[in-house]
Amino acid sequence: MSDTKSGPGATRRTFLKGAVAAGSAVAAAGAARAEGDPLITEVQPWAQGFGDGVDATPYGLPISHESDVVRRNVEWLTADTISSINFTPIHALDGTITPQGCAFERHHSGAIELTKQDYRLMINGMVDTPLVFTYADLERFPRENRVYFCECAANSGMEWAGAQLNGAQFTHGMIHNMEYSGVSLRTLLEEAGVQTEGKWVYVEGADASSNGRSIPMEKALDDVLVAFKANGEALRKEHGYPVRLVVPGWEGNMWVKWLRRIEVTDMPVESREETSKYTDVLANGIARKWTWEMDAKSVVTSPSPQSPITHGKGPLVITGLAWSGRGAIERVDVTIDGGKTWQTARLGAAGVDKALSRFYLDINWDGSEMLVQSRAMDTTGYVQPTKTQLRGVRGLNSIYHNNAIQTWWVKETGEAENVEIS
Amino acid sequence: MSKFLNLGVAAALLASVSVAPAYAEKLGLGRPALPDEIAAWNLDVRPDGVGLPDGSGSVEDGEMIFSENCAICHGEFAEGVDNWPKLAGGQGTLDREDPLKTVGSYWPYLSTTWDYVNRSMPFGNAQSLSVDEVYAITAYILYSNDLVEDDFVLSKETFLDVEMPNADGFILDDRAETELPQFSAEPCMTDCKDSVEITMHASVLDVTPDIEEDTSAATEEAAEAVTEEAPAEEPAVEMATLDPALVAEGEKAFKKCKACHQIGEGASNKTGPQLNGVMGRTAGTVEGFRYSKVFEAAASDGLVWTDETLAEFLSKPKAYLKGTKMSFAGFKKESDIQAVTAYLKSFQ
Repeated sequence: MSDTKSGPGATRRTFLKGAVAAGSAVAAAGAARAEGDPLITEVQPWAQGFGDGVDATPYGLPISHESDVVRRNVEWLTADTISSINFTPIHALDGTITPQGCAFERHHSGAIELTKQDYRLMINGMVDTPLVFTYADLERFPRENRVYFCECAANSGMEWAGAQLNGAQFTHGMIHNMEYSGVSLRTLLEEAGVQTEGKWVYVEGADASSNGRSIPMEKALDDVLVAFKANGEALRKEHGYPVRLVVPGWEGNMWVKWLRRIEVTDMPVESREETSKYTDVLANGIARKWTWEMDAKSVVTSPSPQSPITHGKGPLVITGLAWSGRGAIERVDVTIDGGKTWQTARLGAAGVDKALSRFYLDINWDGSEMLVQSRAMDTTGYVQPTKTQLRGVRGLNSIYHNNAIQTWWVKETGEAENVEIS
Repeated sequence: MSKFLNLGVAAALLASVSVAPAYAEKLGLGRPALPDEIAAWNLDVRPDGVGLPDGSGSVEDGEMIFSENCAICHGEFAEGVDNWPKLAGGQGTLDREDPLKTVGSYWPYLSTTWDYVNRSMPFGNAQSLSVDEVYAITAYILYSNDLVEDDFVLSKETFLDVEMPNADGFILDDRAETELPQFSAEPCMTDCKDSVEITMHASVLDVTPDIEEDTSAATEEAAEAVTEEAPAEEPAVEMATLDPALVAEGEKAFKKCKACHQIGEGASNKTGPQLNGVMGRTAGTVEGFRYSKVFEAAASDGLVWTDETLAEFLSKPKAYLKGTKMSFAGFKKESDIQAVTAYLKSFQ
């Protein structure tokens, strides 16, 4: 509470002076001797003077007291912020929708500024009529609204070999969840007329990295969106303004931003982003490729290292996020004793296909230390594995697609630390 | 939609064609793409070479072009500077701890290298290279990985002759077979294990970015501690004996070192330690640089860089200090070593 702003001439002191001078009955009420919380027993400046008028902030930002709820970067991860990633402050958010302004960013050549006027989308390759669309053209196609999570394949990647980063933001923050408005890719492909030999689409962005990826036609015709709005407003620059691809349930690298071209092909291009990167090296040195789906995963966002318990023992809300790229979240279990016993958490709302679910476990904390974990299950019957299980299959060098169960050691003080347990 | 159908609203929806999404029906939006427009954007090159333009480039030309355009980040030998990608080396490391994934050790298709260099490199000045320059740079990257000889010329015609060592190193996603069965058992709810021990703490590594600002002070303290430990004496080197011509020659030879070492005003530690005042200094004592174990040992043994010790090191670095992180193979010519030594002495 470091706020020093107040309404015009309305500090408590001037109020008291005024009251005493007037010699009115209000003076008794305003005397500091009253029993109870002065925030209640004394008239506060915000209850007396004015707040900001409308238009003080034509487009609002979070109040200054929330200035710590921001994206954060881990500098040692990459050589330069131009080709880098930062992390959503999931430890401080609730509900399921991620505000665009704090949703993680991943750029390969920086976030470019591309206007709607300069925007062009080309569909070429194995189509009846190669086409060019303007932004205005896209707005004339039938539109859809859908909520989806977008998770970087490298989310939790630094945790493969062991517990490294102290905070849910850093271990699990390469994720966001937004409501997208746009046109289905299927609609655009049908406008150009896909030829029967066309088995893949190659999608690329307008930035210098181009970040091209190959997507099988079956997925392209299923639920992929060409989106221009997120959470009701235009995409932010860092999320691909004016147009990005939304590839539900699949790794974030495929969600091409500043989408400029869709090429229908009969084979994958095998671009840099789908060979040298975003492939998963197994213990024997052989790498998996085309690992597109994001498996079911969850994390307790509070309590967690950046969100310690500050209220002591008694009622405690344990909460977190769960998601699956293969379906909806059906159930989340939580343990506070390192996995000896589990309780099924309450979902904030019924699971939505390929979107974040919020879960809660309301407990009466006895003040003793806890080893807190969550375990997600999706509609395919998949159960989120432990780190040991995952390493048993994949070894230690995979980097991508780490969806293992996360452990927070919550101490008697309420502080939490990222640990691994037996 | 199924609920609506059950409610019998379907008939109304279907009757009103104008409001239903007109899938498979063209709206006539957009305009045909022109051939030149397609050519301008349709740059991708496939593993089978489809998409490659006519042209060629040699390893020899590539070395020069790479040095000018790429070495600042990727190193003169494609060995990578700081956190920038290493493009060479790493063969045989994929099944070891921390595999080194480079064009030579990991990339399955040469088309990927050509395509990425053509489209996205150099970093910050993409699409500025000519077709022949892209062929030459790709040829040099192959050479840096010992995949072609120094007289090799890469062209559309020779492209498919190059064998990529890790071409067969990939399998398709097999999670449905190898993971799903064991990750879909009914989960245990009670008495799931007898005991639980913490086996690892993130706080031990301590690599989380500062949330508060207190750790920067700790870093400064650590840096000061290092300074105190570093030997204070710096034997004077006789500047008068330096031959300007030899120094100039040394500056040229130093190009091979520049990818990793800075020298001169404002020089700081990069992949290698900064080299100001290196002559006469005890090896392994530049503050703030993380040395290999062998250098740490040399520092405690009191190895001092003199004309003799440096000459021996620079002729065969890995033989003289076995285990050094320095990737440089060594100067072949005695004259280069003398010149570089003179150049280093000019920054005392």
